[in-house]
Amino acid sequence: MAIDPKTVQHVARLARLALTDEERMRFAEQLARILEYCARLDALPIEDVPPTSHVVPIVNVLREDVVGPSLPRDEVLTQAPAHEQGFFRVPPVFESE
Amino acid sequence: MGDSHAISYEPVIGLEIHVQLLTASKMFCGCAVTFGAPPNTLICPICLGLPGSLPVLNKRAVDLGLRTALALGCPVHPRSQFHRKNYYYPDLPKNYQISQYQYAEHPPLATNGTLDIGRDGGRRIRIRRVHLEEDTGRLVHTTPAGSMLDAGAASLVDYNRSGVPLMEIVTEPDPRSPAEAREFLLALRRLLQFAEVSSGRMEEGTLRCDANVSLQQPGGPPGTRSEVKNMNSIRSVERALAFEVGRQADLLARAESVVQETRHWDERRGVTFGSRSKEEAQDYRYFPEPDLVPLEVDGAWLEWVRGELPELPAARRDRFVVAFGLSTYDADLLTATAAMARFFEDAVAQFPRPKLVANWLVGEVTAYLNEHGVELDQTTFTPARLAALLRLVDDGTVTGRIAKDVLIETIAQNVDPVVIVDARGLRQISDEETLRRIVDAVIAEHPGPVAEIRAGRERAMGFLVGQIMKATGGRANPETANRLLRERLGR
Amino acid sequence: MTPPAPETARALRAAYAAGRLRPSEVTNAALDRIARRDGDLRAFLHLDADRARADAIAWDARYARTTPPEALPLLAGIPVAVKDNMCTRGVPTTCGSRVLDGWRPPYDATVVTRLREAGAIILGKTNLDEFAMGSSTEHSAFGPTRNPWDRSRVPGGSSGGSAAAVAAGYVPLALGSDTGGSIRLPAGFCSVVGLKPTYGRVSRYGLVAFASSLDQIGPFARDIEDCALLLRIIAGRDPLDSTSADVAVPDYAAALGQGARGIRLGVPAEAFGPGVDRSVAQALRAALATFEDLGLPVEEITLPTIDAALPAYYLIAPAEASSNLARYDGVRYGLRVEGDGLIDMYAQTRRHGFGPEVKRRIMLGTYALSAGYYEAYYIKAQKVRTLVARDFERAFTHVDVVVMPVAPTTPFALGEKADDPLQMYLSDIFTIPVNLAGLPGLALPCGFDRGLPIALQLVGRAFDEATLLRTGHAYQQATSWHLERPPEA
Ligand SMILES: [Mg+2]
Ligand SMILES: [Zn+2]
Repeated sequence: MAIDPKTVQHVARLARLALTDEERMRFAEQLARILEYCARLDALPIEDVPPTSHVVPIVNVLREDVVGPSLPRDEVLTQAPAHEQGFFRVPPVFESE
Repeated sequence: MGDSHAISYEPVIGLEIHVQLLTASKMFCGCAVTFGAPPNTLICPICLGLPGSLPVLNKRAVDLGLRTALALGCPVHPRSQFHRKNYYYPDLPKNYQISQYQYAEHPPLATNGTLDIGRDGGRRIRIRRVHLEEDTGRLVHTTPAGSMLDAGAASLVDYNRSGVPLMEIVTEPDPRSPAEAREFLLALRRLLQFAEVSSGRMEEGTLRCDANVSLQQPGGPPGTRSEVKNMNSIRSVERALAFEVGRQADLLARAESVVQETRHWDERRGVTFGSRSKEEAQDYRYFPEPDLVPLEVDGAWLEWVRGELPELPAARRDRFVVAFGLSTYDADLLTATAAMARFFEDAVAQFPRPKLVANWLVGEVTAYLNEHGVELDQTTFTPARLAALLRLVDDGTVTGRIAKDVLIETIAQNVDPVVIVDARGLRQISDEETLRRIVDAVIAEHPGPVAEIRAGRERAMGFLVGQIMKATGGRANPETANRLLRERLGR
Repeated sequence: MTPPAPETARALRAAYAAGRLRPSEVTNAALDRIARRDGDLRAFLHLDADRARADAIAWDARYARTTPPEALPLLAGIPVAVKDNMCTRGVPTTCGSRVLDGWRPPYDATVVTRLREAGAIILGKTNLDEFAMGSSTEHSAFGPTRNPWDRSRVPGGSSGGSAAAVAAGYVPLALGSDTGGSIRLPAGFCSVVGLKPTYGRVSRYGLVAFASSLDQIGPFARDIEDCALLLRIIAGRDPLDSTSADVAVPDYAAALGQGARGIRLGVPAEAFGPGVDRSVAQALRAALATFEDLGLPVEEITLPTIDAALPAYYLIAPAEASSNLARYDGVRYGLRVEGDGLIDMYAQTRRHGFGPEVKRRIMLGTYALSAGYYEAYYIKAQKVRTLVARDFERAFTHVDVVVMPVAPTTPFALGEKADDPLQMYLSDIFTIPVNLAGLPGLALPCGFDRGLPIALQLVGRAFDEATLLRTGHAYQQATSWHLERPPEA
C-alpha cells in the first residue's frame, strides 16, 4: 500500500490541514507503513461477519420534546476568536467557497 | 427562450426537499425552536457543538418523521441509524451534520413512497427516501442594523437555527416538467400541513427545495445534470426549472455541453448562475454516528403514530361533500390549505349553515386573500368573526350588501364585525316611520317617475327603490321599503 | 507544618470524621506538595487552588457541625484530580492542545458534577497526550509528564498526569479516560490501580471526544477499595449520554466483602507471546500462582483475533477522531490563526493548533473514511471488531475473568519511541482489544523490574466490574505491590 504525496495533499485538504513539504513526505511514509500494517486484516475471514458500530446493544434513546435553558450569549461569545453584534465573525465565505 | 429546442428533449427533474418539523425544541438538545430570536440566544453546548457535548434524539421529531412516512406510503425501516456527513462550513458547528444515509446495514428512516399529483391521481411521483437530520446555523453578510459590511470583509454566523429538526424528502426523477414539479410541491406542502408536520412556508424557510435538472432525448442516455438552489417560493421553483431547461436546451442546440454544477436562482433577474469558484467533488465521508444508538420502530409504535395522524386532504374533501352536502368543487377549494379547512369547520361549528359559510369562504374571503396576496392563517380573521358576521346578516342587523364591506373592514382592522357596524352606523333600517318619511321625500323629489308608475308603467318602480337605497346608504330594508312605496302610490 | 498525606480516601474520611484532620489541612498540604514537586513531574496542567481552598474550608465547617459525620457524602473533603479532557465550567480545559489553549467551558462534564455532589475537592486538571492520543503523555503541547518512579521514563498515556498525581501522593483519587488503554497503561507504568469501565457504564457527557465508540472515563486510586468507591460515584445512566447504559450500579465496596471464592480465571496463550518482556511474563506467572494459592482456578484460553485488534483500532479510532476534531476550526472557541481567506484560516489554525501525532491520526482517519476506502478500511475494521468481541464472549462461557499483562514492557524512556509511531502503538497491544469489545479492564500493580513497575490486567464481562474488583481485592490482600511508593524527589 503506497501513498504518494499527492494523495497526502488531497487528504490534507479534506481535513483542512496545511502541511509543510517535509510533513507531506513524512506522513506519506508513515501512513504507508501504518496502512501496510493494517493490511494484515485482509487475511481474516470476515465476509459474513457483521460490522460493529455500537458495542453495547442499546436502542431508542429519546428525549421528550421539552424546551430547556440555553446559554447566556456573552458567556459563549467571550470564548470566540472574533464576534460582532452578537454574531460569530469569520472571514468572508464566498471568496473561498 | 429555448423552448423550441427543448421540444426534442425531455427534462429529467429530481427534487430534494428540506422540511422544518413542528417541534418545540431542537433535534438533539432542549433549545427552543423559534423564528426571529436575537442572534445566538438559542444555543447550548450541544447545538453549538462544544467539545464534550453529546446529542440526544427528540422523540417528537421521530414521530413527525414517521407520520410523514405513513402519509407518503413509505415503508419504515425497522432499524435505522444516524450518520455523520463530514464537510467544513462556518454554519456547521461540528463541521459534520448528523443526518442519515443509505448504507444497507444502516438505512434511513423510510424509503420508497409515492405522492399523487393533479386531480384524481393524475400522476404518481415516487419518493426515494424520507430521513431526519439537523439544520445548520445561518450566515449573514450584513449586520442586524442593516449596515453593509465593507465588501467581502466578513461573514457573521448565528447558530440559533443550528440543530433545528429537519426532514429531507427526496423524489425519484419523475416530474416531467417544471409545472409538474410545482404541482408536486403544492401537493406535498398541502400534505405536510394537513398532517401537521410542518408549517411548510418556503418564504420563511420551513420548506426548502433544491432541484436536479438534466435533458434527455427520449430513450437516450441520461444527460449531465445541474443542481439548482436558492428558490424561495414554489412559483420560483417552477420559473428556475423552466429557465434551466431552456438554458440546457440552448447549450445542446449549439452542440455545447452542460457542465455538472450547482447553480443559484436569481429571483429578480429570473436567471440561474453558477458559482465562480471551481467546485471540487464533495467527499462527505459518511459513517455511523457513534454518539447516537440505533432507532428501532416496531409495529406498535407505527400504529400509535397512525392513530395520531390527522385527516389528510383527500379524506377531508370527501367528508366535506358527505357531511356538509357541499359540491366537490367547493370541497376542493375548502381543502386547498389546512388553514382553510380548519377555518371552515370551526366556523360551521359556530354558525351551522355549511353552504352559507362555504359560499362566503370561497367567495368574499378568498377574493380578499387573493387581492392582498396573503394566506388565511396569516390574517387575524377568525371563524368566530365570520360566524358573527353571518349572524348579523341572518337577524337582519345588516343587509347582505353591507356585510361584504363589513367583512373587509373586519379582516383589515382586526376587530369584531359588530364594532364596525356600530361605529359606521350600518344597521339596516326597518322602522316604518323612518322609512315612510324617506319614501315621501323620494316621491316628492321625483314627480316624473311617480307619474309613469301611476300611468301603469311599473318599470320606474326599481328607480324609486334605488333612490330610497341611495338615501339610506343601502341600509333600508328592501321589503319594507318596497311595501311602503306601493302603499303610498296606491298600487 | 503540613500533616502527612493519608494513603487513601477512606483513611482521609475516617480522619476527618474523627476530627484528627481537616479537609483544609489536607488540601493545603496537597497544594504545597504540588508546588514543591510538580514543576519537575508536570502531572498538572492547571490548578484550581482558590476554589479548592474555599471548598475545603466549607467542608471543615460541615464536618464540625454534622453528626454523625458519616452522614456527609462519600468523598466529602477528599482532594481529587481530573484529566484535562473533561469539561470544568470556568476552568481551562485544553486536552493538552494548543487549539484549546485558554478555553473555559461554559458547562461541567457529568462526572465532574457527580464528583462535586459527592463532596470531592477538584484540585486541578491533569496532563495528557494531546486529545488523549498517545501512550506516553509525551504528546502534550505543554510538555511531558515524568514517571514518579523514574524521572527519565514516561508515565504511560494518555492519562499520564492523573496516574502520576496519584502515584506521587498528590491526591488519593483521580479520573482518566481510556480509548485504547489510556487509563490502564499509565496505571501500570505508575504502579497504581486504574479501571476502564464497560463502555456505557460511565457518562461521556463533557468528555472531549477522541474516538466516541471507544472512549470511557474511569478511576485511578491507590488500591482496589478506593477504586470501587470512586467507580460507584461516577457510574450509572446519564440522560445526557445516549450511549450510557441503564444498568443498575452495585455497591462495589460492599461487593469486595464477598471475597473472590469461585471466580474462574483464564489466561490467553497470547499473553506470553513474542514482544512480551521476560520480566513481565515472570510477574504474570507469579500473579497466577498467587491466584491459585487463593483457590481461584486458572485455565489457559485463547483469543485468536487479538493480533488483529491493533490494526483494526488504528483504523476505527483515527476515523472517528478525524470527525470529532473537525470542530477545531478557529470559529467558535480556542485558537484562530488568520490566513488568506476562510479555508486558509481553517488550515492554518489546525496546522498550528495540532501536534504531529494528532495530525497523523486525523490524516489516517480521513483517508480511511474517504471515498473508495470506506469498505476496505473502516467497515473491515468494524467486522474485525465483531470478531474480537466474539473471542471474549467465547472465553467468558467458561471463565469469569481474563488475565493479561497491561503492557508488554516496563515504562520506556522519554523520547525512546517518539518518532516511531508503530512501536509506540504496540504498547497498547493488550489493552486495545478490551476497548474494541467494550469490556471492563482493571490494571493493578503486580511487581517491579529494576525499580520499574509491572502491572496485571483483569478483563471481565460487560457491566461486571464487581467481579474484577473482587478478584483484584483478593490479590491485594495477599500481596503488597500496591503498598510500594516511589522515592520522594
Ligand atoms: Mg440534507
Ligand atoms: Zn441547544
